[in-house]
Amino acid sequence: MLKKERKTGLIFFPAFDWAISPTHPEREERLLYTQDQVFEEGLLDFDSIIEFKPGLATVGDVNRVHICVPDTRSVITESHLVSAGGAITAAEKVMKREVDNAFALVRPPGHHAMLVVRGARGFCNVNIEAIMVEYIRKHYGPRRVAIVDTDCHHGDGTQDIYWNDPNTLCISIHQDGRTLYPGTGFHREFGGPNALGATINIPLPPRTSDEGFLYILDHVILPILDEFKPDLVINSAGQDNHYSDPITDMCFTAQGYALLNDRLSPHIAVLEGGYSIEKALPYVNVGIILAMAGLDYSNVREPDYDPLTIRQSDEISRYVEKEAAEIYTLWEKRGLMREKLIGNVEYVRRKKPVYYDTDGISEQQEETVRVCTDCGGLVTIASAADTGNRIFAVIIPGQSCPACRAKGEEIYTETGKDKYNYVYLQDRERDIFLVK
Amino acid sequence: MGIDVGGTHTDAVLIEDLRIKKKAKVITNERDLLDSLWRVTDDLLREENPERLERVVLSTTISTNAIVQGKTDRVGMILVSGPGLSPSLLRINEDCHFIPGYVNHRGMEIAGIDRDNVSRIGERFQRDGIDHCGIVGKFSIRNPQQEIEIRETIATHVRHVSLGHRMAGRLNFPRRIATTFLNEAIREIYTNFVKQVLDLMHLRNVSVPIYILKADGGTIDIAQSGEFPVQTILSGPAASIMGILSMVESRDDAIALDIGGTTTDIAVFAGGVPLLEAVGVTIFGHKTLVRGLRIRSIGVGGDSRVRCEDGRIVIGPEREGPAAAFGGPFPTPTDAMIVLGLTSIGERERAKGALLPLSRHMQCSVLEAAKTIFEQTCEKIASACLDEMEAIVNRPVYTIHEILEDRRLEPKILYVVGGSARPMAFRLGEMLGCPVYIPEHAEVANAIGAALARTTAEMTILADTEQGTLTIGEEGDRIVIPPQFTREDAIGIAKEKLRERAIKMGAKEEDLEIEVTEDQEFNMVRGFYTTGKNIRVRAQVKPGLIASLRT
Ligand SMILES: [Zn+2]
Ligand SMILES: [Zn+2]
Repeated sequence: MLKKERKTGLIFFPAFDWAISPTHPEREERLLYTQDQVFEEGLLDFDSIIEFKPGLATVGDVNRVHICVPDTRSVITESHLVSAGGAITAAEKVMKREVDNAFALVRPPGHHAMLVVRGARGFCNVNIEAIMVEYIRKHYGPRRVAIVDTDCHHGDGTQDIYWNDPNTLCISIHQDGRTLYPGTGFHREFGGPNALGATINIPLPPRTSDEGFLYILDHVILPILDEFKPDLVINSAGQDNHYSDPITDMCFTAQGYALLNDRLSPHIAVLEGGYSIEKALPYVNVGIILAMAGLDYSNVREPDYDPLTIRQSDEISRYVEKEAAEIYTLWEKRGLMREKLIGNVEYVRRKKPVYYDTDGISEQQEETVRVCTDCGGLVTIASAADTGNRIFAVIIPGQSCPACRAKGEEIYTETGKDKYNYVYLQDRERDIFLVK
Repeated sequence: MGIDVGGTHTDAVLIEDLRIKKKAKVITNERDLLDSLWRVTDDLLREENPERLERVVLSTTISTNAIVQGKTDRVGMILVSGPGLSPSLLRINEDCHFIPGYVNHRGMEIAGIDRDNVSRIGERFQRDGIDHCGIVGKFSIRNPQQEIEIRETIATHVRHVSLGHRMAGRLNFPRRIATTFLNEAIREIYTNFVKQVLDLMHLRNVSVPIYILKADGGTIDIAQSGEFPVQTILSGPAASIMGILSMVESRDDAIALDIGGTTTDIAVFAGGVPLLEAVGVTIFGHKTLVRGLRIRSIGVGGDSRVRCEDGRIVIGPEREGPAAAFGGPFPTPTDAMIVLGLTSIGERERAKGALLPLSRHMQCSVLEAAKTIFEQTCEKIASACLDEMEAIVNRPVYTIHEILEDRRLEPKILYVVGGSARPMAFRLGEMLGCPVYIPEHAEVANAIGAALARTTAEMTILADTEQGTLTIGEEGDRIVIPPQFTREDAIGIAKEKLRERAIKMGAKEEDLEIEVTEDQEFNMVRGFYTTGKNIRVRAQVKPGLIASLRT
């Protein structure tokens, strides 16, 4: 197998001194065997694979993406700044063309962290991909970005953050929400009023194997990427679709992950979940690294790999084909849907309950978006939680139009502290973050 | 007595009461290193009573040269590579055989080996006249059983076998292959050399322990070195660095330079201690697991050829002979330093003559040309020093603690040895912003370093209480441990085993400064229950001296 070698940056940060709790899946041991495998295979000795030490993200980098309640320092630890910093380092190396692509093999993960953060959900406090994307936009100018989330769980945090952003395409492929946390990620979740079609959800039935994943890649994801024409493709590279993962029920393999990465060719991959720390992660990560570097990955497989036991049924194959066709049709109709769904209203509101499972916090959010054809639209969020702290946030989007900006600034000025404990202004375009 | 058989010179020193008693220097006879040894000891030991010697340490290029010049034996390799990297990326020579079998990261045997298959390979080696065999398995340091089984099967077909897990305790399969291959490829030439050295010392009436210097600047008893000749590669640069260490007293961060004719070697001392390569040294394109001092070598030296390309000065990386002032064919930085009056060696007129065509190209005077060459030479070395420090600081780390600690390097002094040390040191110090120090016996730093180096060793322990096993990487031992085995127990075993190993390699009890370099413990959780602990300990006798020179 001869391929064109690419220069790949690897930011490896196993955080050997951090755990949510001693027996939690997110514990010190998680990347131990992956490190063993990566070291033993000698991957860091290839001229085309260059290891970089992660930088530290700043609170400012976090505030560009999240509204942390009551403030950023109270919902994160240093580990989150290193993990987000690792993603940023990966991006920096790619943007400066020091490497062709990069893989942030870091923990803790982030794709369940939503725009408002009151604690940890699904092991995530802050969204490391989103922090990275906004860092890129701040330092390298506006970019059209596609985030392809291949974690087994719906990337609901990333979806929430970019719900109203027409310039960020979020595609999540995951085990059907009726059978797995967080229980979302259905076709009808398709993006906010100004960004319809920029959120694509592809729920797959339990026990889907390589065949199904690659079918979706070839028939849905790659064609949509072709049309969206992103400047950057990011893979939220969760590894819990693996057949040996203890908390999910899919049948993806190390070879499948390598093939997917090879065909998707992301500029940046960021590790998300994946808790089969001995039987999957070592092999999946070796496969992804080799594929990204354009090296031969054909010999990568799990020692207990048995294609017969994990083959998907014909029924699943038929389901996946139907699913692919439906989603692609939906994508093609995204322009028409705007008229049908939104009509002439000026604002669109959605109410959503958010549960922070790791920290046991319940929150009620009301998000209001200004319908706008000139930008992603002004967003305001009112939120209350069972821990107290009613807050209100005004989010002026990147590349905002004058009308949305003026309205946003007006609302922030007028909103008093009588009804809320905190009022926030996040101006993504000017990189301003204010609290009162 | 310390002896360094280098590429150009063979240096030797006699040290008494930690003071230099005598020095000797002869031109190395590349074709006969023994001859160089004979002549240099002749000089040094004349009028001396060899019975008063306490120890002899030898640093030699024999292994390095054998590899670089291809004077190696054909080695048959048997590799148990399992899934992962494709064999095409692992094939180190024509005689590589990949056989089925697999040991995983925990050291569990997942797939067995086929002895009949191994026998057939052995027969083939025999038919092809291959006497040397390297056997390497993936993760064999976690469980060497398959390597041992293969050796048992093949032993009758070949003369000598090297096993991968004995080379080093670190993970890196491709490097383990390269290290095992090189070890076996140079074994014959190396053991012959050792025999001759022992004969020579016998003739000189030397009957004290004789040590060989390794790439990590530590020593090993010459009699013990035959099984691991690969450890002695690149000992020359290590000797110089150890020599510098013996002549200085600082515990600060420092830079050490050895400016030779062809190359300049750069080493960084962190808190006064020379740094080791993270995984192993690289020789002639082979990345190995050989523990070695971290030394960056750049192709700039006193005798580097200086050219003018498109009106710009280019220095090195090749050396085409001595400086023009010594009859060499091309201008060199040494010639520039002679013209500038920074040194009074050689024939000044010849140096000037050699710079003349360059100065015409550059449209300036000979003096200005010399100044430019000198500045540029110093700049190249200084910027390589800065790059090296940056690379050290940017070494990856894997804990939040280390990220936050983020230690900077702040060199407080620059040590310079080598041929061009004197004319260049001052300017280099200015460029790097630190004071310079040229040790008194700089010209024989290498031999002093060899003489005073202590025996070094490393020991890697992995305890897995879920499996109830403890593996000693370098030794290939696997022992049973109880479930309540602790990190303290592991550290205790590591220290004890390291002590035994170092003593066996020739260390003296009083020189054993043991330090634990890695010490990690992980809870192993399966399902929602803690099923064991994965404990990783590494200990070393770090590179150092039996004593420093008295000044
Ligand atoms: Zn997940
Ligand atoms: Zn607008």
